[in-house]
Amino acid sequence: MKALKNLINSIDPHFQKGGKFEKAWVLYDGFKTFLFVPDHTTHDGVHVRDSIDLKRTMFTVIIAMMPALLFGMWNVGYQHYSAYGEESTLIQNFLFGLEKVLPIIIVSYGAGLAVEFLFAGMKGHSINEGYLVTGMLIPLIMPVTVPLWMVALASIFTVVIGKEVFGGTGMNIMNPALLARAFLFFAFPAYMSGEIWVAMDDSKTLVDGFSGATSLVYFDEGLAAFPEGNQVSDMFFGTIVGSIGETSTLAILLGAAYLVFTGVGSWRIMFSVFAGGYIMGLLMNVLAGSAFPGMEVPAFYHLIMGGFAFGAVFMATDPVSAAQTNMGKWIYGFGIGAFAVILRVFNPAYPEAIMLSILFFNVFAPLIDHLVIQRHIKTRLQRA
Amino acid sequence: MSTEVQNTETQVKEKKKSEPLFSKKNIQVLKDPLNDNNPVTVQVLGICSALAVTTQVKPSFIMALSVVFVAGFANLIISAIRNTVPNRIRIIVQLVVIAALVTLVDQTLKAFVYDVSKQLSVFVGLIITNCLIMGRLEAFAMQKKPWPSFLDGVGSGVGYGLVLLFVGFFRELFGSGSLYGFQVVPQWAYDAGYVNNGLMMLPPAALFLIGIYIWIQRALNKDLVNIS
Repeated sequence: MKALKNLINSIDPHFQKGGKFEKAWVLYDGFKTFLFVPDHTTHDGVHVRDSIDLKRTMFTVIIAMMPALLFGMWNVGYQHYSAYGEESTLIQNFLFGLEKVLPIIIVSYGAGLAVEFLFAGMKGHSINEGYLVTGMLIPLIMPVTVPLWMVALASIFTVVIGKEVFGGTGMNIMNPALLARAFLFFAFPAYMSGEIWVAMDDSKTLVDGFSGATSLVYFDEGLAAFPEGNQVSDMFFGTIVGSIGETSTLAILLGAAYLVFTGVGSWRIMFSVFAGGYIMGLLMNVLAGSAFPGMEVPAFYHLIMGGFAFGAVFMATDPVSAAQTNMGKWIYGFGIGAFAVILRVFNPAYPEAIMLSILFFNVFAPLIDHLVIQRHIKTRLQRA
Repeated sequence: MSTEVQNTETQVKEKKKSEPLFSKKNIQVLKDPLNDNNPVTVQVLGICSALAVTTQVKPSFIMALSVVFVAGFANLIISAIRNTVPNRIRIIVQLVVIAALVTLVDQTLKAFVYDVSKQLSVFVGLIITNCLIMGRLEAFAMQKKPWPSFLDGVGSGVGYGLVLLFVGFFRELFGSGSLYGFQVVPQWAYDAGYVNNGLMMLPPAALFLIGIYIWIQRALNKDLVNIS
C-alpha cells in the first residue's frame, strides 16, 4: 500500500497542469481516486468532508452483489452439467461458470468505461463513478448465452443514451443497467427470452426431459405447469435457470442485509416492493378463475420467482432514479411491486415484468416526490 | 402545435424596388430551414410522421418529396391569396389548399409507386394535418410575398426531408441490414453472429435518432444553444 502511494505521489506532478501527461489527467485522476480516498480539502469556511464519497458508496454496492455473483457463477455450471446429466463437483461448477461469466463482466466494464473515459475527456471533468455498479449489474441480469458484442453494444447505449445525454452520473432519470437490458430485450428478443438460459455444448447430448424454461414460463401456464418436486425451495435457493445473478433469492437477501446495514440501500424501497408484489399477488389469488392461469399461483411465488428480488434490492433502490422523499419511497416501491405482478399475470409477452415496472416507476419518481412535497407544504400551511 | 410557431420572421421590411429571384435574402430563406431553423429539430414540427414512416429509406424519401411539393405549393398559393382571405376563416382556407395538393400527391403515388403508397398508407393523407405545413403557412406565407414563401416552403420540406433521410438511413441499415431495399450487410456478417437490431423497427428508435441528430446539430451549431 505504502509503495503504491509513494509511486502515485512521485508521478503526480506529470499529470498536473503543465506536466508531461496533462492530457491524461482524467484517466490518472480516475485511477488515483479509485485506489485512495482523495485528499481534497475545502479552501474556505469550515466544511466537514465525509470520507465515504461516491466511489466508496459504489463499492459497498459491489460487495453486496458478491453473493449473487458467486452463486450465479456456480449455478451456471450446475445448470450446464445437470442439463447433460453429468456429475460435477462444486469447484467444477464454479470454474465452468467463471469461464462463462468473466468475459461478460470484462466486456461490460471495458465497453462502458471506454465511453465514460471518452466523455470525461471531452467534457474535461473527472470520471463518473456510477459505472462501477452499472458495469457489474449488467452481467448479472444477462442470460449466460448472450453474445459478447451485444453486451458491449448495450453498455455503450446505456452510457450514452441513458446517462451522458442527461449530464452523467446522478442525472439519469432511469436505471442505466436496466436500460441496457431493456435495450437488448427489444433489439434482440431472440437472445433475451426463450430457452437461452443454459450454456450449451453441441458435442454432448441433452438429458431426457430437459427443459430450459424459466419459472416465469411455467407461471404463464398456471400452477399445474410447475415441475414436480421442491420447486419452492429451488426458487428460493436459486438452483433454477435464469439470468446470471438473479436466480438465488437467498444470495440476494444476503446482499440486501449488507446494503441495509451499511445504510447504502433504502430499506423502505426494498420492503415496499416486496409488500406491493405480495399484496397484489394476494389480490390476484382472490380474483383468480378467469382466462389468466397465472392468477392462481400463490402470491409468495412472485417474490422468489424470476428477477423480482434482484430488482427490488439492487435496481429499485438506485438512489439516483428512485424517489427521494420517505413517503415517496413507500409509494414508489409499492407501485413497482404491484405493477410488476400485474404485468406478469396479464401480459405473457413480457415475462420479466420487474424490469419494465422499475423503469416505468423511475419515470414517475420525480412526480411522486413532487406530490409528496406539495402535500407536505399544504399540511404545514394549514397548521400555521 | 401549428399555431405556436415562433414569430421571429414577422418583422417584414417592405421592399420598394423588385429584387432578383435568388437574392441573398431569398437564398437565406431557402437555406435557413436546413440547419438554423430546421422544422423538425428546431421548430419541433412534423415529428409524428418522422417517427412513423422512417423504418426504411425509400418511404422516407418519397415522403420527403411529397412534403417538399405540398409545402412549397401550399405556401405559394396561400401567399398569393393572402390579402383576400378573411382572417377569421384563414385556417379552413389553408386546409382546403393543402388538402387539394395532398390529394394530388396521393393519387400520383398510387398511380406510379403503388407499393410505396401502401407502405406510407395513411401518412400521405395525414400530410394535411402535418404541423410543419400549417406552421409554415401561418408563420410565413400569410405575411410574405409568393416567391419567398415558395422558397420557404421548399426549404422547410427539404429540411424535414434531411432529418427523415438521416433517421431512415440508420433505421434501415441497423434494422434490416439494407439501404433503399438493397442488402448492404453481407451474409458473412450474419454467419459470424451479427443480428439485425429489432429495436430499430420500433418507433422509439426514431425518437432516439432524432434526439441524437439534435444533439450533434447543437454541438456543431452554437447559435442553437439556449434557443427555446
